[in-house]
Amino acid sequence: MKKTAAMGLAVLAALLAGGLLAPKWLLFLVTMSAANGLVSLGIVLMMRGGVVSFGQGLVFAAGGYAAALVSNKLGVSDALLLAAAGGGAAVLLAAPFAPLLARYRGIFFAMLTLALSMVLYGVLMKSESLGGSDGFNMRRPTLLGFSIPDAWSGYALYALVVTIAVLLSTAARVYFDSARGLVALAIRENELRVEYLGASVRRVMALDFVLAAFLGGVGGALAVMALGHIEPQFSYWTTSGEFVFVSILAGHHSVAAVFAASLVLELVRSFSSAYFPNTWQLALGLFLLIVIRFLPKGLGSLFNRFSRQAAP
Amino acid sequence: MTVLSARGLCKHFDGVVAADQVTIEVAAGERVGLIGSNGAGKTTFVNMITGYLKPDQGRIELQGRDITPLGPRQIERLGVARSFQIPQLFPELSVLDNMLAADACAQGGLSAWQPARDAARRARAEAGLDRFSLREHAARRVAELAGGVRKLLDIAVALTRAPSVLLLDEPTSGVSVEEKFPVMETVMGALDRARTTVLFVEHDMEIVQRYASRVVAFYSGRVLADGAPAAVLADAEVRRHVTGAEA
Amino acid sequence: MNTALTILADGVAYASWLFIVALGLTLVFGVLKILNVAHGSFYAVGAYAAATFVAWFATWGFAPWLSLIALLLGSVAVAALLAPLTERGLLRVFYGRDEVLLVLVTYALFLVLEDLMKLVWGVNPYFVTAPYGLFGNVQIGGQSYVGYDLALVAVAITCGLGVWWGLNRTRAGKVVLAVIHSAEIAASMGVNVGRVYTFAFMFGIFLAALGGALTAPMISVQPGVSVAVVIVSFAVVIIGGLGSIEGAAIGALIVGMARSLAVHTWPPAELFSIYAAMAVVLIFRPEGLFQRVKARRI
Repeated sequence: MKKTAAMGLAVLAALLAGGLLAPKWLLFLVTMSAANGLVSLGIVLMMRGGVVSFGQGLVFAAGGYAAALVSNKLGVSDALLLAAAGGGAAVLLAAPFAPLLARYRGIFFAMLTLALSMVLYGVLMKSESLGGSDGFNMRRPTLLGFSIPDAWSGYALYALVVTIAVLLSTAARVYFDSARGLVALAIRENELRVEYLGASVRRVMALDFVLAAFLGGVGGALAVMALGHIEPQFSYWTTSGEFVFVSILAGHHSVAAVFAASLVLELVRSFSSAYFPNTWQLALGLFLLIVIRFLPKGLGSLFNRFSRQAAP
Repeated sequence: MTVLSARGLCKHFDGVVAADQVTIEVAAGERVGLIGSNGAGKTTFVNMITGYLKPDQGRIELQGRDITPLGPRQIERLGVARSFQIPQLFPELSVLDNMLAADACAQGGLSAWQPARDAARRARAEAGLDRFSLREHAARRVAELAGGVRKLLDIAVALTRAPSVLLLDEPTSGVSVEEKFPVMETVMGALDRARTTVLFVEHDMEIVQRYASRVVAFYSGRVLADGAPAAVLADAEVRRHVTGAEA
Repeated sequence: MNTALTILADGVAYASWLFIVALGLTLVFGVLKILNVAHGSFYAVGAYAAATFVAWFATWGFAPWLSLIALLLGSVAVAALLAPLTERGLLRVFYGRDEVLLVLVTYALFLVLEDLMKLVWGVNPYFVTAPYGLFGNVQIGGQSYVGYDLALVAVAITCGLGVWWGLNRTRAGKVVLAVIHSAEIAASMGVNVGRVYTFAFMFGIFLAALGGALTAPMISVQPGVSVAVVIVSFAVVIIGGLGSIEGAAIGALIVGMARSLAVHTWPPAELFSIYAAMAVVLIFRPEGLFQRVKARRI
């Protein structure tokens, strides 16, 4: 565990230092991929237990709207508090469904999570008080009591998002390496045996659902802060689909791979918009097919071949 | 001293009688062979003892405590483990990880931060593998293992928490003829040293004769005979309905 | 009374094209056990193809009523060209794998088709209004209805009955039913399961494209039409039960009526009511309203 924490700190230091040298467009790209990466990390966490959520947009939107509302209506401007609000709101929304979803698998789990996210989408689209289909804007947050000057806004948000992402990733890695983490992998392989060995499959799956919701909610809050705008699209099925894409690309063995994959998505989106319009989805689709066919354990499995650490 | 007691167990499925007034008392350290043709009720009995099925009538006690209403998880916690006819393992995980996962499951109060693979747990897992001479396979994926090795691992996993009672479901089925005795020698040797009470379902009568201290024969859900191996296997009814050898 | 009739008419009209599309989706799942995310994309391709064929027919100076043939031709072309390519070239590679994995494969296909459509047809909307006025207006009980909408209902009913009859009353249909129950057993009895898969997929895609072609005159055909169709058709087959024809019909009616009711009485519910219904079914009766009878597995 100490090793993981040390690694995390090293990565954070490198990112924060590197960010000072990077151009604004790259900073923004990495900021968005880090925020979105957290949401995908939630899906990966559940994937380790054997289920794929097609409705992570639910918690992404919940976190985003919560942060935006708390900022606009309650006047709270501190970024850390807003991120916490996002995570908290997502957990509150997801928790009642956790015991239910802990009993679902395969297509039915995917469809139920999808349906729930679309219900939220439907509600948000028609909520005039929340801006309806247009959503609404959110003002720039403050950081630890200081308001962020324009010149530094890009780096400040980058530093915020990257720090939270690294912190939560380190925690996720510790969780993956823990007893619970290993039992989740065992559940993915053989639920029956896990029960016969004395562990409660449902309790593990339910908790994982709530933890994934927290990650998604924080990711949503951070995304809103970076974009300055929230809209119902956050909960749409195609948004959830993108998070799933990143999760499949990354695989469930490496936490770093999730953020790498998230960055790949953002890069493909940006570059294709700039140079080959109307091809980024084509690129993603082909990428996904190649990964499914030839690299079924995701990019993370490539990472592991080169690292000393044992696979899962 | 009676460690496991089943009294008057009855179970039927849609008119099929799977258990009919089954009464068996097992003393500590006994090695009980459960024999009977397919559908005779052996697996139903094992499923009831391990909490997978609830008997329609009857009572099961473990060291004096009523375990009839409990499920597999709770019964495991009380010290009853089982192995499976078709090995139930975690195919994509390594052999060592299978043992570590079993260790984690059995711990109770699953920790969200304590490493699953720390030195102490690794040592325990490796010791568990050593009991069955499986250490050489530690890093290999279970999916790559041969049948006999998987069988042994299945039992090794069941033994992770040093159960007081172990139920083996056809430990030598699916194992090649040359491997049957070596597998049973290894398993029974390890269990002897641990002084575990064992009940094993078996179709191979040579294995039963060699390793059982007591034999219970099932037929149509009833206990046909119960006693010393030689006596039970010589019993006329048993020969007619179970072993097939005419008197 | 007027409002009730309007709600009913709206609901049934919406349910008609939705049923045609959902029927294809549920058939593909029933036979190939694949929940095809790209089904809505084939709907869109059908709409675009219809637009193209109708425009061609117009340039060649064909009579207006022939535009209906153009719509049909569009769907057939899509099915004949794209379906075998997709099934043989892509899906076949992943047969036997986890059902969720196949959903991911079809999701990748959806992404690919989204951009391919933009590359082929551009990003500007197409308008295929010619066929819509072909049947004029029909007066029923003091209300005026567009003839085309009624014709669409007729087509939907025909498709439903046709598929039912084809499956249950023809020899080929019995073979397909056998594959639906168990591809393994059917194969061991000499059925060419691969051919059944190809045919079933082609027919399912044809229905998706037909739904798109027939709806084209009522919408503006542009990038993004597939996206809503994907999710709505999913709601229908989940509510009705995966693999069930009656389910697709009842599901389409429920979704159509729920939407129509919301639009006319409580607009805020228009979107979420459909998905709430989907969630409720998944929570209380996951196999859907009409459970496919599953054969005993050996």
